[in-house]
Amino acid sequence: MSEQQIQDWIRKQVADNDVVLFMKGNRQFPQCGFSSQMVQILDHLGVDYSDINVLEDLSLREGIKSFTNWPTIPQLYVKGEFVGGCDIVREMFQASELQELLSEKGVSHAQQTQTA
Amino acid sequence: MPMDANEIERLIKQKLPDAQITIRDLAGDGDHYAAEIVSEAFRGKNRVQQHQMIYEALEGNMGGALHALALQTSAPDS
Repeated sequence: MSEQQIQDWIRKQVADNDVVLFMKGNRQFPQCGFSSQMVQILDHLGVDYSDINVLEDLSLREGIKSFTNWPTIPQLYVKGEFVGGCDIVREMFQASELQELLSEKGVSHAQQTQTA
Repeated sequence: MPMDANEIERLIKQKLPDAQITIRDLAGDGDHYAAEIVSEAFRGKNRVQQHQMIYEALEGNMGGALHALALQTSAPDS
């Protein structure tokens, strides 16, 4: 696929799926510790997500980096919006901000945000 | 290909001269680092924007020469 086709393909994935994780490996067999942490967090929250293995296609692996001007993988998108890489998502999860974001965006997850 | 912690610090300082930087070599192999960076330049920016500033400072080394740099960024307490 050309660079433009890759960008269009990524845009479509992110638009068509509420939660998309671009990762190394897949959710059953993550092939990088950072991707593995993301899977653990999303599985823990019981989020329904689409996992895309960037190792399957070199042009995808490079294309996802320019898509959001973000040089590393994994990358998490919720409702079309880039949320962050592993550090940010973990920080947000620990502060319950990820759960809040999911609730705000209307994405169902097992641990609904407690309202005070 | 490993990258020296001093080099990481130098590149960040070049972009953010006021930055207070703490770098830890997580695995002792010069390839897995964690950096805490405090800079006034981060104020009013979200985490994604803050990390993008650091990646930009690292001039394409992130994801290339540098495999793992865990980032924690914040603005100084006012």
